[in-house]
Amino acid sequence: MALSITEVARLGALARISLTDAELEHLAPQLDLILEAVAEVAKVADPDIPPTSHALPLVNVFREDEVRPSLTNAQVLSAAPAVEDERFRVPRILGEEE
Amino acid sequence: MRLPAPTNPLLTSSATELAELIRNGEVSAREVTEAHLDRIAEVDEQVLAFLSVDADRAKQTADRVDAKRRNGEQLGPLAGVPLALKDIFTYQGMPTTCGSRILAGWHPPYDSTVTRRLLDADIVILGKTNMDEFAMGSSTENSGYQTTHNPLDLDRIPGGSGGGSAAALAAYQAPLAMGTDTGGSIRQPASVTGTVGIKPTYGGTSRYGVVAMASSLDTPGPCARSVLDAAVLHEVIGGWDPMDSTSINEPVPAVVAAARSGEIKGLRVGVVTELGGEGYQSGVLARYQAALRALQEQGAELTEVSCPHFDYALGAYYLIMPSEVSSNLARFDAMRYGLRIGDDGTHSAEEVTNLTRGEGFGAEVKRRIIIGTYALSSGYYDAYYGSAQKVRTLIKRDFDRAFAKLDVLVSPSSPTTAWRIGERADDPLAMYKADLCTIPANMAGNCAGSFPIGNSSDDGMPVGFQVMAPAMADDRLYRVGAALERTGLRYSGGEDAFR
Repeated sequence: MALSITEVARLGALARISLTDAELEHLAPQLDLILEAVAEVAKVADPDIPPTSHALPLVNVFREDEVRPSLTNAQVLSAAPAVEDERFRVPRILGEEE
Repeated sequence: MRLPAPTNPLLTSSATELAELIRNGEVSAREVTEAHLDRIAEVDEQVLAFLSVDADRAKQTADRVDAKRRNGEQLGPLAGVPLALKDIFTYQGMPTTCGSRILAGWHPPYDSTVTRRLLDADIVILGKTNMDEFAMGSSTENSGYQTTHNPLDLDRIPGGSGGGSAAALAAYQAPLAMGTDTGGSIRQPASVTGTVGIKPTYGGTSRYGVVAMASSLDTPGPCARSVLDAAVLHEVIGGWDPMDSTSINEPVPAVVAAARSGEIKGLRVGVVTELGGEGYQSGVLARYQAALRALQEQGAELTEVSCPHFDYALGAYYLIMPSEVSSNLARFDAMRYGLRIGDDGTHSAEEVTNLTRGEGFGAEVKRRIIIGTYALSSGYYDAYYGSAQKVRTLIKRDFDRAFAKLDVLVSPSSPTTAWRIGERADDPLAMYKADLCTIPANMAGNCAGSFPIGNSSDDGMPVGFQVMAPAMADDRLYRVGAALERTGLRYSGGEDAFR
């Protein structure tokens, strides 16, 4: 097995998702099966093949740096979970000891 | 339990027929809209295609169309025709949830470009349709709200992720719908409901205001019961958009003309060896063979063609897509919009983010974010994401080689017909295989479509025929689709079909 429960918990933490013990036990074997199935891509991925990240040739798109109409403060805050003084109110970002 | 057949002829008419009736004043847009709202009220408790319906706004739009006609103003090709909008497109004034609890009740502050173009064309948006959460799934069972039922057999799935849009068409709740296709989310639902679904060329339709899943693959596209209806909708929503940096600055291919013509004499059709045979339902293959004969009888030249790397497309897709998902869905951090859990003064911002995502995301979304996080992590990047990108190159080369000699490639749209609700609900790999045939086109950015070719003899459920064409040759899809339709292969819902 490539993915242990501990490893899935670590990935969950990296991905900022709280996972319960029951979820970890359920997810780990499923993820293991999926990874085993998709790992077959390595069989044909020879070193000399260039990678494709995007279907179309991409060029950077620029526009004039000019002021344009945009959302109002009220519109931007309208869907916020919490607002204070016309700003997003967020939980503390530093621990008590800091 | 089966669905009542539609009794009002306004429900069974095509979108183009309805538009003409409205333009000529033979029927009002208001009547057409009310007929469909009544139908939704009649059957949606069983189908569960819609997450939200805004009847008042739909009627207001219809009234505006009727007023325009009375004032002698020019009406567009779909003015007054109702449409079901997948809940992935932002639409001001209605919630956009993308099928996720994390966006429950979110009212977007702007319209997607597709929404804007629908409104500018005086199309009547009836409501938002159900989908797998963040478009991840093939059955709508991953929706955070409800599972949509296939109108042709209420015990079966309607496909996914755009199962709500496909079901709304099949149940005659709307003559038009919009979907998005990242790995098959338009084509597979079309296939299993017997409707038409088109994934345009990547960049041919705008992603602006479409909740992002995998940005290098996501493609909005039209859904309908007839080929011509899909083409007319395609022209309305398609084309360059300066708000989407990957939008192609070229005119929309002549899809409506192609849908009207259906001429395929001399068309070089490649039958893909790798998509068919073992693992495919026998009733699906039988309908597929019959459709190939129908194309041949109309003068198409059929050739068998091998695309050897299509066998690796599913694997590559389930690395590239989750990698992009893990990055795109990082925006749901519980700070600026959407759900927030645990903000009680005892948890830090990071803990609140973790708790919110733990509670707000469903199982499949968590699976994909974690797979993506793994595939992109140092030490595994080359073996997983790096290899998958190389396979993407190989798939593109397979297409390039084939299209050097052939005009279109064809395959079944999906290996099976609609399965029973619950059958694959907790078997991710079985669910993923529903997109076996549709994924290659997304990987290469080509256009592709699914067209109904009758019902499978083993279970009586619809079978879809996939046509794939080079980038910006979307008109070829409609040409082949129209040729199939001409032989009588079309959506066949109604009294006898609902069961």
